[in-house]
Amino acid sequence: MSLFSKENGEVFKSPLNLNNPVAVQVLGICSALAVTSQLKPAIVMGLSVTVITAFSNVIISLLRKTIPNRIRIIVQLVVVAALVTIVSNILKAYVYDVSVQLSVYVGLIITNCILMGRLEAFAMQNGPWESFLDGVGNGLGYAFVLVVVGFFRELLGFGTILGFQVIPDSCYMENGGLYFNNGMMTMPAMALILVACFIWAHRSINKEQ
Amino acid sequence: MGLKKILDNMKPAFSEGGKLSAFGSLFDAAETFFFVPNETAKVRGAQIHDAIDSKRSIFFVVIALIPALLFGMYNIGLQHNIAIGACTEDICGCFLYGLAAMLPKIVVSYAVGLGIEVAIAQYKKEEVHEGFFVTGILIPMIVPVNCPLWILAVATAFAVIFAKEVFGGTGMNIFNPALVTRAFLFFAYPAMMSGDKVWVNENYIDCINGTVDGYSAATPLGQLGAGEPVTYSAMDTIIGTIPGSIGETSVIAIAIGAIILIWAGIASWKIIVSTFVGGALMAYVLPYSGAENFEWWEQLTVGGFAFGAVFMATDPVTAARTECGKYIYGFLIGAMAIIIRVLNPGFPEGMMLAILLMNVFAPLIDYCFVQSNINKRAKRAAK
Repeated sequence: MSLFSKENGEVFKSPLNLNNPVAVQVLGICSALAVTSQLKPAIVMGLSVTVITAFSNVIISLLRKTIPNRIRIIVQLVVVAALVTIVSNILKAYVYDVSVQLSVYVGLIITNCILMGRLEAFAMQNGPWESFLDGVGNGLGYAFVLVVVGFFRELLGFGTILGFQVIPDSCYMENGGLYFNNGMMTMPAMALILVACFIWAHRSINKEQ
Repeated sequence: MGLKKILDNMKPAFSEGGKLSAFGSLFDAAETFFFVPNETAKVRGAQIHDAIDSKRSIFFVVIALIPALLFGMYNIGLQHNIAIGACTEDICGCFLYGLAAMLPKIVVSYAVGLGIEVAIAQYKKEEVHEGFFVTGILIPMIVPVNCPLWILAVATAFAVIFAKEVFGGTGMNIFNPALVTRAFLFFAYPAMMSGDKVWVNENYIDCINGTVDGYSAATPLGQLGAGEPVTYSAMDTIIGTIPGSIGETSVIAIAIGAIILIWAGIASWKIIVSTFVGGALMAYVLPYSGAENFEWWEQLTVGGFAFGAVFMATDPVTAARTECGKYIYGFLIGAMAIIIRVLNPGFPEGMMLAILLMNVFAPLIDYCFVQSNINKRAKRAAK
């Protein structure tokens, strides 16, 4: 079987759209609400989850024939925990401010349902390369939702995108305009409604589901 | 009947397959607005048929709101004139000023809300429901005078879509849409809505009168929340010549509305009475610390307490439906509102949050009473 066969392409593409972990399987919602108040942490979080899902999938897939069935969850957790620790330390070393913003949520990737779900459902039955594609696909599918939600929350809640002022100062009420930032966008409650809107749009586009 | 003929002549164009069928739901709404429809629900099993349909019953609520609305308009002008130090004797002038401030809000609220409702009804091929006639007039009455129109439009759209249409439209909503509008404004634009220093119109309609810059008067609740002495007498708060949301200030105007609603049998007197009992009891038990010239019963006259109890808590869709449940529902609203006011300085006005909270619990209250009734009868039958 070639590396880029049609089946492998499907493994990679389906979690991006028709089998999206957040929009369709509704997994990983907690972190999607917690880290998306601005775009930058959302991007970093999405990439971290992608890296961890991909490599934990590969490692478990390589070990899958030697792991005794009764203790497989513990083994999976050890692998994920090791990867999370590595990613967390890398973030602290290179993007310290974002890592402070993300606070506990990097550590909590270990409890992200998407990870355990992919390990159990996919990596335990498939080879390393397919598992890698599956991990990257699911991670990017998750990251995509985070970026969309983070984009709107930062734009409407702070008037900025990636920290750059987008809505001109003169529009604001303090300076004689009529515009206000929407404070509700900075709260997790509004993130839930935005995720719901995303799911709504997604289902309207993909009617066949 | 000239109008009836005109409508009958227009009907074919709007029905299925006609030239203007895209606007069918709009036509249907207008027709049933003017005339009681011929078709009623089919009689099946045990049913009670009432001659009054929901459009007619909704209209009584709008009529009951008119005294509070008219007084609110007058009060806008009065507070504005007090703020700029102008003559406060000119009742007509005050009223016209308030009318000019109010009309755009009413228009925006109806245009946005009904626009969304008509679009969704047309999309789902249903009739336009009439619930928004009340919501549309309630929304402008519970927002601050100086709320920009675009914010009002955003909040109305949010409430109609997320509090009403996603649940299935009129009659299916869990939360009162007008209160969701206010809650959205409260959390999204706290600078506009914080409830402590509100709502004397500053400079939006300065074509009519002089303007004041940066003037804002404290409401009685704001003063209480900040631990300052209240500068309004009990008589002021009952008549309503105090700063506050447009419809909520005058207890007398609200009482007239309450009498109309109870007389017409639209609102449940049980909810209104038990809300006041709950509020009074809690206000007596839990006084503000250090508010000397503020009697416990004045809690019921300030802020949105009376307005909420009469027009919001009694919303038949979101309130408890069992007769005994209504007492519990109302009592807890009154008690919660006072608890939030007194104990949480972040929320000087607790009525909105109390009603929204009890909206969530109304089905649970109903469930308990229905279930206990079933158990009682089962026991009786077993004997």
